[in-house]
Amino acid sequence: MDVSLIQSFINLIAVLLLALGIKGLSKVRSAKEANRLAAFAMFLSIIGLLTYYLGKPGEGITQQSWLWIIIGTFVGSLFGAILAKRVPMTSMPETVALFNGCGGMSSLLVAIGVIFFQRNETFIQDISILISIFVGSITFSGSIIAMAKLQGWLSTPSWTQSKIRHLINISIAIISIVAFLNLIQSVNTSTIWLLVISSTILGIGVTLPIGGADMPVVISLLNSYSGIAAAAAGFVVGSQLLIVAGAMVGAAGLILTQVMCKGMNRSLVSVLFGGTLSSQSKKLDSGGEYTNITSCSVEECALTLEAANKVIIVPGYGLAVAQAQHTLREVAKILEQNDIDVSYAIHPVAGRMPGHMNVLLAEADVPYEQLKEMDNINPDFPATDVVLVLGANDVVNPQAKSDQNSPLYGMPVLDVQEARTVFVIKRGMSAGYSGIKNDLFDLPNTSMVFGDAKQVLSELMTELKELGVGAK
Amino acid sequence: MDFAQAFWVLLLGSLLGLELIGKVPPTLHTPLMSGANAVSGITMLAALTLIITAKDNLPLLIIGSISLGFALFNVVGGFVVTDRMLAMFNRKPSKKLK
Repeated sequence: MDVSLIQSFINLIAVLLLALGIKGLSKVRSAKEANRLAAFAMFLSIIGLLTYYLGKPGEGITQQSWLWIIIGTFVGSLFGAILAKRVPMTSMPETVALFNGCGGMSSLLVAIGVIFFQRNETFIQDISILISIFVGSITFSGSIIAMAKLQGWLSTPSWTQSKIRHLINISIAIISIVAFLNLIQSVNTSTIWLLVISSTILGIGVTLPIGGADMPVVISLLNSYSGIAAAAAGFVVGSQLLIVAGAMVGAAGLILTQVMCKGMNRSLVSVLFGGTLSSQSKKLDSGGEYTNITSCSVEECALTLEAANKVIIVPGYGLAVAQAQHTLREVAKILEQNDIDVSYAIHPVAGRMPGHMNVLLAEADVPYEQLKEMDNINPDFPATDVVLVLGANDVVNPQAKSDQNSPLYGMPVLDVQEARTVFVIKRGMSAGYSGIKNDLFDLPNTSMVFGDAKQVLSELMTELKELGVGAK
Repeated sequence: MDFAQAFWVLLLGSLLGLELIGKVPPTLHTPLMSGANAVSGITMLAALTLIITAKDNLPLLIIGSISLGFALFNVVGGFVVTDRMLAMFNRKPSKKLK
């Protein structure tokens, strides 16, 4: 049988499995199997490719090629697996960003390799190569910047918040476009490097001004880009499978980006070009000083909790930073033993990534049914005795509903202020990621418990035990 | 593969991608993003093709090999990390009841 027919058949199965995999990943029940299915499909696609070259008369794979294949495979897979196994759950977003950047880098390298050594001088191939270089570079540099910012290696430089950045970015974009158009007419080495460098800088320039709360959206968008880069690489080497898979990821990534934007009530345009929320708020002057802060001790907090019937916990990024999820679970267990109804209110963008809190709480074995989504739990707050806000800030800011001038206005938030008592466990009075004052802290039914989330929770546990809660 | 054919493949692939994801529970945003990200490492096939067709061209072999390394870093890491995340959702009620 013809080997190219065999390969087509294998590729067809691989595409089908990939599609089923991505589809399955969007449902809780099937997600785990779907992920493995997709992984298997990727493996299958390699088998298909190798079969094709091994079986095709006059092609074959030289020993030298095998050597380099094995080196690349070994090094890449090994580092990937080690990093993926070791990285703590809290730094998932930056890990995904790093992986994504490497995917972009791979497409970029393929394009560079082909344009220097294997160009067949067709118009289509040239354009695909250039797109692959352009998108690949942006994906790589953008993802690395996103990772560095999430890791805290890079802050948002203040100059990036001024209007000048648009000017700079536009001029760099123009340079890239000019280089691109030039290369379509005639390919020469220095212009290629100009394109590589200018699009790399463009990726940096666009990502750097974006605030941390918007990072997930940016990563998702960059993920979509890396799909486009892969599809372009597919045109370069003439692989249908690559084009399908790349286009699929590109389109799916775009949809996911849209879904995430909706969750934050932000448009993609304002995420990309609006800068951080705090820079917008300065103009509007919606900040201001806190006037009515009540701070209380862990002991008071424990006493109030003991008398409660219904407690809702609102987790945020602070919980992830403090790695307090296990301690939180212990506290919740003690409360449950005293017949107190405990549930968790999950805001769609709590943490640094959508679903971040779900992953975190699942790690601490919090029963899935206790995690309530925002729309389901908001009606429950008026009937709630105590709300514990753990390291969350912007997602519980009532300004989003009451103050039309606030940059947060319109963002869906958790109505924690409706509850009888709110305890906010927080390290200090610093603002949340948006940099905006939180009106919640000023309300009479809100008390602040200052301290590291983990420490406060373990003190709380001791206090509760002393009160005899949970001891049977 | 001629251009028109490749273009059709691109178009249908994009449409498929748009249709695949409709409603996603927020819980799965992160794993889905990470899983899709792993799939975008499919450029490994391009890198492989590059190495195989490079024959004796050493610079090309090296570029291809580095590219393959980056792509597989993306693929293997992406799937393992997604698997780790999803493993946490799976040990749910049954274990809890004890």
